[in-house]
Amino acid sequence: MSSTHTSPPTANRRLETFSYDDQIVKSFVIATVLWGAVAILLGVVIAFQLAEWRLNFGVPWLTFGRLRPLHTNAAIFAFCGNAIFAGIYYSHQRLCKARLFSDLLSRIHFWGWQVIIVLAAVTLPFGITTGKEYAELEWPIDLLITTIWVVFAVNFFGTLVRRRERHIYVAIWFYIATIVTVAVLHIVNSMELPVTLLKSYSLYSGVQDALVQWWYGHNAVAFFLTTPFLGLMYYFIPKAANRPVYWYRLSIIHFWSLVFIYIWAGPHHLLYTTLPEWAQTLGMVFSIALWMPSWGGMINGLMTLRGVWDKVRTEPGLRFMATSLTFYGMATFEGPLLSIKSVNAIAHFTDWIPGHVHSGTIGWNYMMIAGVLFYLVPKLWNSELYSKKLANLQFWFATIGLVFYIVSMWVAGITQSLMWRAMDDAGRLIYPNFIETVVKIVPMYWVRAIGGTLVLVSFFLMIYNLYMTAKRGKKRGVEVYESYALDDSSLEPGASSHRKLEGLPMVFSVLSVVAILVGSAIEIVPSLMAKNYIVKMDVVRPYTPLELYGRDIYIREGCYTCHSQTVRPMTHEVLRYGKPSEAAEFVYDHPFQWGSKRTGPDLARAGGKYPHMWHYKHFYDPRAVTAGSIMPRYTWLFDNKIDYSTLSKKLAVMKKLGVPYATEEITNAVAIAQAQAAEISKELVENGVPAKIEQMEVVALISYMQRLGVDYGQLPETPVELPSTEVK
Amino acid sequence: MEILIILLPLALLLGATFIGAFIWSARQGQYDDLETPRFRMLLEEKNINRSSTPREDRK
Repeated sequence: MSSTHTSPPTANRRLETFSYDDQIVKSFVIATVLWGAVAILLGVVIAFQLAEWRLNFGVPWLTFGRLRPLHTNAAIFAFCGNAIFAGIYYSHQRLCKARLFSDLLSRIHFWGWQVIIVLAAVTLPFGITTGKEYAELEWPIDLLITTIWVVFAVNFFGTLVRRRERHIYVAIWFYIATIVTVAVLHIVNSMELPVTLLKSYSLYSGVQDALVQWWYGHNAVAFFLTTPFLGLMYYFIPKAANRPVYWYRLSIIHFWSLVFIYIWAGPHHLLYTTLPEWAQTLGMVFSIALWMPSWGGMINGLMTLRGVWDKVRTEPGLRFMATSLTFYGMATFEGPLLSIKSVNAIAHFTDWIPGHVHSGTIGWNYMMIAGVLFYLVPKLWNSELYSKKLANLQFWFATIGLVFYIVSMWVAGITQSLMWRAMDDAGRLIYPNFIETVVKIVPMYWVRAIGGTLVLVSFFLMIYNLYMTAKRGKKRGVEVYESYALDDSSLEPGASSHRKLEGLPMVFSVLSVVAILVGSAIEIVPSLMAKNYIVKMDVVRPYTPLELYGRDIYIREGCYTCHSQTVRPMTHEVLRYGKPSEAAEFVYDHPFQWGSKRTGPDLARAGGKYPHMWHYKHFYDPRAVTAGSIMPRYTWLFDNKIDYSTLSKKLAVMKKLGVPYATEEITNAVAIAQAQAAEISKELVENGVPAKIEQMEVVALISYMQRLGVDYGQLPETPVELPSTEVK
Repeated sequence: MEILIILLPLALLLGATFIGAFIWSARQGQYDDLETPRFRMLLEEKNINRSSTPREDRK
C-alpha cells in the first residue's frame, strides 16, 4: 500500500520515502516497565503500612505520608506518562505517515522526563513537597515539567504538520486534547511563590486553592489517565484485533463531547465544603453527563471486537484491552454515581475513593498498557511473544488482585462511613471515638495489601515475559516506507492552499492558549493579591511565625494524606468535630490542606481539644494515647531542631501573597517564634519533659495543631476527656 | 471567589479553543468521510528497504 489517499495520485504529487523513529518508542517502553514496577511496589508498601503501622520503620523517608505522594506521582507521571509517550510516538508516526518531527527533541523529551521522575524520587521522600495532591513537586521541577511538555508539544505538532495523510484519525484528536489541556492545568495549578530553592507557597489560598487544585486534580485524571488512553485504545485495539473501529462517527462524537464536558466536573471533589453551592451543583451535573460519552467510548471499543471475540481468548494483548475497557466502563459508571451529592456524603473521605481510583488506574490504565505492550514489544523487537501461558497467568493475578482491592475498599469505605454517622435515639454518636471506626476496617487493609501484592506479581510476570520476548528478537535494518506528500490535489475546494499551513491552526491555538494564559496571569495576579480581595473577618488572624513553621512540618510529613481539615455541615460531623467550616477560616492557608481522605479524624477543629502534653505523647507514639491507632510514630520531630534561618523570609513571602503580617512581625519572626516555643515547652517541662524540647520541631507542630480552627470554631465549654485507651 | 476570574475564562477559553479546532476540522473536510479512515488505519505499509529484513522474513 504505497498510496493510501482516497483520491488517486496525480503527477504533481511528490513520492517521498521515510522511516519511523522506533528507537525512541523502545526507550519509552523500557522506562514504562521499569517505573511501573517501582510505582506498584511503592503502592504495595504503603498498603501494608496502613495495615501494620510498624512497617513505617520509624524512618522519616519511609513513612506513609511521604511515600504516598511518591506512589501517586510514580504511577501517574512515571508509569502512565512513559506508556503514553511510547504509545503516542508509535501510533502518531504511523497515523501521520511521517517520522517524528525531530530526533533531538524526542531524546530531550525522553531524558528530560526521566530526570523529572528521578527528581521526584529524591525530593518527595525527604518531605520536599508543595502539599497539593498529585501536584506535590516543588517549583523548580514544575518549571522543568513545563519545559519538557513544550518539547513534547512541538515534536508532536511538528509531526502533525508534516503528515502525509490528510485525515486526522480520531486517536490524534485525543492526543491533541491531552497535550493542550495538561499544559494549561499544570501551569495554573503550579502557580507558587518560592521561598527557597526547595520551598514555595501556593499563590492561591483556602477555598480558592481548593477549587484550582481539584480543577487540576480531576482533569489530571481526565486528560492524563483518560484521553491519551482512549487515543491509544482507538489505535491499538483495531490494530491488535485487525478489525476497524466499530463506529467511527461515534468515536468523533465521543471525543468532542468528552472534551467539552470533562473540564467542568472538578468541583465534585469538593461537595459539602465551603465552595459555593452553585459550583458544587455544576460539578455534579457535568459529572453525571460524563457517563454518556464514557460509555459511548467503551461500547465503541468493545464492539470493535465483534466477530473476533475468540481472539480475546487466545491473544493476551486483546484480552488485556477488552478487560481494560470493561473496568473503564465500571469506573466511569461509579464516578458519576459518586458525584451525586447524597452518594458523595457517604463515600467522600472513605476508602471507597481509593477503591474507585484503582479500578481506573489498575483496571483501565495498567491493563491497557499491558495490552499495548504485548502489541508493541514483539513488533519493535521483531519477535514473537515469549509465552502466552505466562501472559494468561499475569492476567489472572492482575484481575483477581484488583477485585480484592476494589471489593475490600467498598466494604471498608461503607462500613466506616456508616459507623461515622451512626447515632442512637438520643442523638448521640454511637462510635464517638474515631479509632473504633479504624480498628474495624484494618482487616480490609490487609485484604487490599494482598490484592496489591497480586497485582505486583502480575507486573513482574509481564516484565519477564516482555524481556524474554525482546531477547528472542531478530536483528533487522531500518525499514523504509514511501508515500505521497500532501498537496492541493487532495484538498477540498476552498481549503487552505499549502500543506504546511494546515497544521498551523493547531500550533496557533496552542501558542494562543499559552499567550492568553500568561496575559491573564499578569493581569489578574496583582488583583488576587490585593488586600481588598481578602475576606475581612477580624476573628481570623494569620498564623504566628511558629505556627507557620509547624504548618510547613505538617505539609512536609504529608499529614493531609490521612487527615482532612474541613467539617461538612452534617449532624454527625458537627457532633464529632464541631462547627462546620467556613470559607473565611482558610484565607491565610497557602496552600489549603483540606485533604481528601480520613484515615485519621478531621483536624479542622483540633486546636485546644487536647493539652500540649497529649500531642507530645501522640507524636512520639500515637498508641500511648490512642490504643489501636495505625498512625506512624514521628520520633524524629523530637530530635530535629527548628531551623529558624528562613522563617522571616517565609513570612515575607506570605505577606506578598496577601497575608497581613506587620513589618516588625517579619523582622522579629524568630524572636516571636522562640517566645511561643518557650511558652509551649513550659507546660511540657512541667510534665517531666527535658527542657531542650523547646528547640525541637515537635513544639512547632504542636503550636500549629493547637491553632487549628480556634479562631472561628467554637471551643468546647467543658474540658474534653482524653479518649479511652480501651477499644471495644 | 475571585479565583473564578481566572478559572471561568480559562475553562471558556479551553472550550473556545476546542470549538475552534472543531470548526477548523469540520471545514477542512475531516468529517466528510467517516467510513474509510477506520479501514485505512489498519493497512500496514510496505517496507521498501529489501535489505533490512532477512530473506526468510520477506513476504
